Amino acid sequence: MSSMLATARTRFDSLTATLPPPLWMLGGLILAILFPYIAGTGSLLDASIQTLAYVIMALGLNIVVGFAGLLDLGYVAFYAIGAFVIGWFGSQQFPDINGGKGIHILSSDRATFQLKLNGTHAEIPGIHINFFIVIFIAMAITAVWGILLGAPTLRLRGDYLAIVTLAFGEIVPRIFENSTSGLFGIGTTDFSNGRQGITPVDTINLPWSKDLVYSDLNLKPAYWVALGMVVFTIFVNRRLRDSRLGRAWIAVREDEVAAASMGVNLVRTKLWAYAIGAAFGGFAGAFLGSYNNTVNVDQFEFGFSVFVLSMIIIGGMGNIWGVIVGAVALSMLNRYGLPELNQLPIGFDPTSVSYGVFGFFLLIMMVLRPEGLLPSGRRKLELHEGETEGEDAAVVGDMSQMYEVRQ
Amino acid sequence: MGETTTNLDGNTVDHSGPPVLDATGVSKVFGGLVAVNDVNFVVPRKSIVSLIGPNGAGKTTFFNCLTGLYRPTTGRVIFEGKDITAKRADIVTAAGVARTFQNIKLFKTMTATENVQVGMHPRLRSRVTGMVLRTPFVRREEKAAKERARELLDFVGLKRKDELAMNLPYGDQRRLEIARALASEPKLLLLDEPTAGMNAAESEELRRLMDRLRTEQDMSILLIEHDMKVVMNVSDHITVLDHGEKIAEGSPQEVRQNPKVIEAYLGSQA
Repeated sequence: MSSMLATARTRFDSLTATLPPPLWMLGGLILAILFPYIAGTGSLLDASIQTLAYVIMALGLNIVVGFAGLLDLGYVAFYAIGAFVIGWFGSQQFPDINGGKGIHILSSDRATFQLKLNGTHAEIPGIHINFFIVIFIAMAITAVWGILLGAPTLRLRGDYLAIVTLAFGEIVPRIFENSTSGLFGIGTTDFSNGRQGITPVDTINLPWSKDLVYSDLNLKPAYWVALGMVVFTIFVNRRLRDSRLGRAWIAVREDEVAAASMGVNLVRTKLWAYAIGAAFGGFAGAFLGSYNNTVNVDQFEFGFSVFVLSMIIIGGMGNIWGVIVGAVALSMLNRYGLPELNQLPIGFDPTSVSYGVFGFFLLIMMVLRPEGLLPSGRRKLELHEGETEGEDAAVVGDMSQMYEVRQ
Repeated sequence: MGETTTNLDGNTVDHSGPPVLDATGVSKVFGGLVAVNDVNFVVPRKSIVSLIGPNGAGKTTFFNCLTGLYRPTTGRVIFEGKDITAKRADIVTAAGVARTFQNIKLFKTMTATENVQVGMHPRLRSRVTGMVLRTPFVRREEKAAKERARELLDFVGLKRKDELAMNLPYGDQRRLEIARALASEPKLLLLDEPTAGMNAAESEELRRLMDRLRTEQDMSILLIEHDMKVVMNVSDHITVLDHGEKIAEGSPQEVRQNPKVIEAYLGSQA
């Protein structure tokens, strides 16, 4: 299996080496745009749309884990926050707002007016802001929460960081669940409907049109919206990776002491990673909230954090294309490889066997190919360092314990 | 020491003006262990000053106190008139103190050029939105940074600029550390055993490099070094530490003849 993957990898390398990057990226994009015509409008298209949302989340988590090297096991918190943002700004969750007439900003016909029994139109209560505005609001709010949840963890590393982030991933959904009478104990408004969740959630309409872009019978436009969001995410990821901040992330991951001594502000660099990583979680979370037509705390389980983390590890930590491959592979495996779980809203149940299956795949990967399917060059070197460096490595031992890096 | 000294190439170096670095009463205590005890230390402008002493004398600990990796237990560190005592490492670097490490601490999976670009971090002004939009300013700055990084690698004599740091031979790794430190445009450069693992020719090359930094770029250099040939040749002034305490200081000649120094290195003749 390992050699098969290696061959595939070599083929991919030679393919990407012969074509200039813009060309094969353009080719991939055209294929992705045309994909709905191959997939039809059934379950495969639906699975693909979910997959695209997971790709965004995996790319976001990759900034935190793959670039900056901060192990985050609570990424589901940002999915939850993003989903609740669209739940609040695109549903009838707050019926009393604006004297019961609601707030409507560039929203669709369906979200704006309803036909009353006597044949007249009335405005639908609640906040209804256009989807394309809400996803960016969700990004901003989750970015702030990324910083708030990241800040207390800055002094932690490795396992300890993982444990604290895991706890945050558990706490955030519970806070939403219990926000039926005020948020954080402030006010008495119902923010979440408890375990019932918020439903229905507004779907997508273009800001200049009152018509919905897609319906259950024709999901293609939803796919293209998700694809557009993925392209935006890849674009931002690539730009950041090749920037001053991207270099600082890798420097921090490799050696905090050296990075600080080169003038890299550790706090700011890590918080940017948390903020931007979280922002994409909220971005995708808002999309999924709208697409699934429900925002329900049952979706935000610990298993989802592990699911997204597995995508990164299996795909190749730190490599944008590897992470995409990992996200597609795991998401499709989850949908079609574990068909018995199909009925569940997002395919997860903590007691189900999916944990075992993903755990098994992770284990296999760790044994056969620890760097993932499409590793970043850097990561591969790190993991195979001992094999090439030999005895000289001992001379340049790790003495990081010597320093008390202050942040 | 006087206001001027003559370096090996016969040029007179002017040390007038306030010292670049003035550390007074610096101590560092770890639990019950006094690693550095009440050390006063001055680096005059445009000078090359060495810190020597037997293993475990507290030289690197003292370095770490100066560069913000340790918070000194007591004492004050004044750099260019500013108090940098117990400031964070990145703030000290941004202020103009750069360093290399005894145990090489490169970013192993980055190329030589990228390593140097990280060194420029405090001098670059790109903001996150600019990076995402890749504004003309960011584009220009990135291009200039890359060119500057390559110039610095030329300056230290490293040819394999796109090689990953971990694949470079030992001597080149030391050179890369110096280039990376220079990238932050320091006024004071701290070198922690830069010639360790180098042969005589490479050491000589490094000595010339230090001299050029001082004369061409007005830099002051603080050096920890075990190779006495290098130390005696290059230093204007030497400070000797033993068991965390300053036991001697002066010109290379004075230090060489100081009985306390001989005792610290060779043991007493009891």
